[in-house]
Amino acid sequence: MKVGRFGQFGGQYIPETLMHAVIELEEAYNHFKEDPSFRTELKELYAEYAGRPSLLTYAEKMTEDLGGAKIYLKREDLNHTGSHKINNVLGQCLLAKKMGKKRVIAETGAGQHGVATATVAALMGLECEVFMGKVDCDRQALNVYRMRLLGARVHPVTSGTMTLKDAVNETMREWTARIDDTHYVLGSVMGPHPFPTMVRDFQKIIGEEVRAQILKKEGRLPDYLLACVGGGSNAMGLFYDFIDDTGVKLIGCEAAGKGLDTEQHAATLAKGTEGIFHGMKSYFCQDLFGQIAEVYSISAGLDYPGIGPEHANLYASKRATYVAITDDEAVDAFAYLSRQEGIIPAIESAHAIAYAQKLAPTLSKDKIIVINLSGRGDKDVAAIARYKGENLYE
Amino acid sequence: MNDRIASSFNQGKAFIPFITCGDPDLATTKALIRAMATHGADLIELGIPFSDPIAEGPIIQEADVRALASGTTTDKLFDMVREVRAETSIPLVFMTYINPIFTYGKERFLSSCKEVGIDGIIVPDMPFEEQDELEGTCRSYGISLISMIAPTSKQRIEKVASRSEGFLYCVSSLGVTGTRETIDDTAKEMVQAVKSVSCTPCAIGFGISNENQAEHFAAFADGIIVGSAIVRLIAKYGRQCVEPVALFVESMKAAANRT
Ligand SMILES: Cc1ncc(COP(=O)(O)O)c(C=O)c1O
Repeated sequence: MKVGRFGQFGGQYIPETLMHAVIELEEAYNHFKEDPSFRTELKELYAEYAGRPSLLTYAEKMTEDLGGAKIYLKREDLNHTGSHKINNVLGQCLLAKKMGKKRVIAETGAGQHGVATATVAALMGLECEVFMGKVDCDRQALNVYRMRLLGARVHPVTSGTMTLKDAVNETMREWTARIDDTHYVLGSVMGPHPFPTMVRDFQKIIGEEVRAQILKKEGRLPDYLLACVGGGSNAMGLFYDFIDDTGVKLIGCEAAGKGLDTEQHAATLAKGTEGIFHGMKSYFCQDLFGQIAEVYSISAGLDYPGIGPEHANLYASKRATYVAITDDEAVDAFAYLSRQEGIIPAIESAHAIAYAQKLAPTLSKDKIIVINLSGRGDKDVAAIARYKGENLYE
Repeated sequence: MNDRIASSFNQGKAFIPFITCGDPDLATTKALIRAMATHGADLIELGIPFSDPIAEGPIIQEADVRALASGTTTDKLFDMVREVRAETSIPLVFMTYINPIFTYGKERFLSSCKEVGIDGIIVPDMPFEEQDELEGTCRSYGISLISMIAPTSKQRIEKVASRSEGFLYCVSSLGVTGTRETIDDTAKEMVQAVKSVSCTPCAIGFGISNENQAEHFAAFADGIIVGSAIVRLIAKYGRQCVEPVALFVESMKAAANRT
């Protein structure tokens, strides 16, 4: 059995130049994940810096309004830097330091992962460079400035579609040019082994906390777990602890952009096919000749043509299901949660909220849904205003 | 071992040019293959354009964009090779990322390679650990699977070299393809490490763009691979690139054999 496989998915499809780096990383990760002092340090960072555990909030008004299942929100939006991305970044940067790396590089879509990486690099005294598609730099201008404020260098990527996939390409290229002192902080459960496993391990605390919290509040496990899926890290983080609890339904929400009947979507499992890209065997939006498609979503964080290999396996084995949510539905959900609960969700997370709006009314009142609120929506306010035709610039 | 590939290392130091197929169009690619074959190329690396060439620097990235924009597809590429194969016996090797092969279908891709007369494939995002993705299928169709080693390979060189076929592609330096001003001695050490465990010919690529560098690397390797410097000429001259490329190939083959 090969390393880093989830069923047939995963693997290490990368240039030879990078093999040494991922092998070194795997060895270091395997060592430190069992190391008591590493674990204590990370736990401390989660508690004292990121603000964990994050709350599990009962969405009372939303529950009443939808009139069906009881809805809880896992509040990753309350973490320091405003999303779940910090969980992974704290883990990887701590590991990078232990490995003696002086510099971290990262790709970012919405800018949340870039901001988290710049933040932790500042905290830990690491040099930081972030690659971000030029299109994303424009739609998430505030996050670009945030990263610079935190001392990171931001490189706008002008190749290809100038979005997340191109940012990953460019960060991989940069890593092949400078490996010795540099760690690549990959932002989701994707890429070559060991990233999908390692990132999931750093995110699985989300699901572990949910289990303890819901048992305390409800005395039982939830019936449905909902999360948005870009690369899939917040969803894997929520799902992982429940994979063996087959009574808990796992639902990932992809971006349908302008609709699955158009070319402008990022719904990898709904519309993609098996392929091998960005280091992993998984599903990708691509043409018949294996050219990766230009994908689209209003949400920069979901605007990615692939999905992590563990999700591919959950999908192929039918343990999890995946639905697609359009821009319009997500934008409505963005406003809906803001009004109903006084919580402005990230536009990524709004995809999961939107599906809950459809699902909850079809379920009886004794069912429980937990939605991963993967991030807060401050970064999206101006873009949503523009989407609705207002002339608002940051 | 594929005889045609083996023979390309028989005329002194091998000169191996790389071009991206379909840049600026497939008719020009065909003309380039013919011209390079008669002007000193010993083996030609044919790049299959890909949307996301992660091992490539800006020069070849742009060639991929031009090639895809000209409507190049894997099917049309096979047709072009079939036609050109009727006119030349020069060894032809595809350089392609794994996804275009996997998505086209491994069987279908490699059987087509055999049918049209491709001799080998180089897959820069398929390292030793994933080699069995294609190794068996390559073997059944007699297509050489050419492995790469890099300055970071170190202890890995022995196992990669021991399973190598055709020739070993030695990546001269860290980073992506492109032209480099200076190149250090890493490549020499790599070639020596290979030679101590295997008799597969070593060709060095990445960053070689002028006669001095050709001379320098050919002094200790069995061949040199030049991509970006040729692709830059194609970008500059467009459909009129055949003559300048042929002259460049001729001068580089000569430089490689001055040692
Ligand atoms: C708030 C938020 N949620 C979700 C995502 C999507 O990533 P993933 O699918 O890895 O959780 C992002 C990515 O930028 C994000 O910022």
